[in-house]
Amino acid sequence: MLTITQDLYDRIVAHARADHPDEACGVVAGPAGSDRPERFVPMLNAARSPTFYEFDSTDLLKLYREMDDRDEEPVVIYHSHTATEAYPSRTDLTYAGEPGAHYVLVSTADTDGEGPFQFRSFRIVDGQVTEEDVTVVPAY
Amino acid sequence: MAIEVRIPTILRTYTDQKKAVEGSGATIDELFKDLDARHAGIRERLVDESGELRRFVNVYLNDEDVRFLGGIATELTDGDSVTILPAVAGGMS
Repeated sequence: MLTITQDLYDRIVAHARADHPDEACGVVAGPAGSDRPERFVPMLNAARSPTFYEFDSTDLLKLYREMDDRDEEPVVIYHSHTATEAYPSRTDLTYAGEPGAHYVLVSTADTDGEGPFQFRSFRIVDGQVTEEDVTVVPAY
Repeated sequence: MAIEVRIPTILRTYTDQKKAVEGSGATIDELFKDLDARHAGIRERLVDESGELRRFVNVYLNDEDVRFLGGIATELTDGDSVTILPAVAGGMS
């Protein structure tokens, strides 16, 4: 299960909306081993594409060095889908390289008639997807 | 020739969970072959069948992505630091 604050949830959604129709992406880092997302780090989508996202490789190195120095890990890795549902694609599975992270997908397309966006969270380990519940709390 | 290699979480199963290991080689290619001798299987995760770096792996020599240097043939010198990170990427299709 992913437990996340309302503030972080709102910031992820706001980033996805701001970058629409391109895919938005980023990380919420947290203390290593805590499973608690704390530090919101929006990333540039180097692909600047409505169908693909990729962290710029230099930014990626900087991010990981920074997390290392602060004894953090990427607790949440998020990105948006802008025309399809918030479910990991085959491409997402191929690239998923953080088995300990919560992969959050936000859809900025109204694919299910349920409203303007979806916010869902998954574990991706060895190419296997498991959806998990998302609990939004006022604070930890 | 000692090169420090920083290993990402997903590949630490090959290094007894070590975050960094030492290797040697005059190029990235040689370094990965050297690593594979002690951490069997790791090279296959980094290099594809044609001998090129896998698309979803980023390899840095000191602060520079080796794709902007010489790729897998990038030359190394003693004391260099190599960092391996999985690309963070994906998309809708």
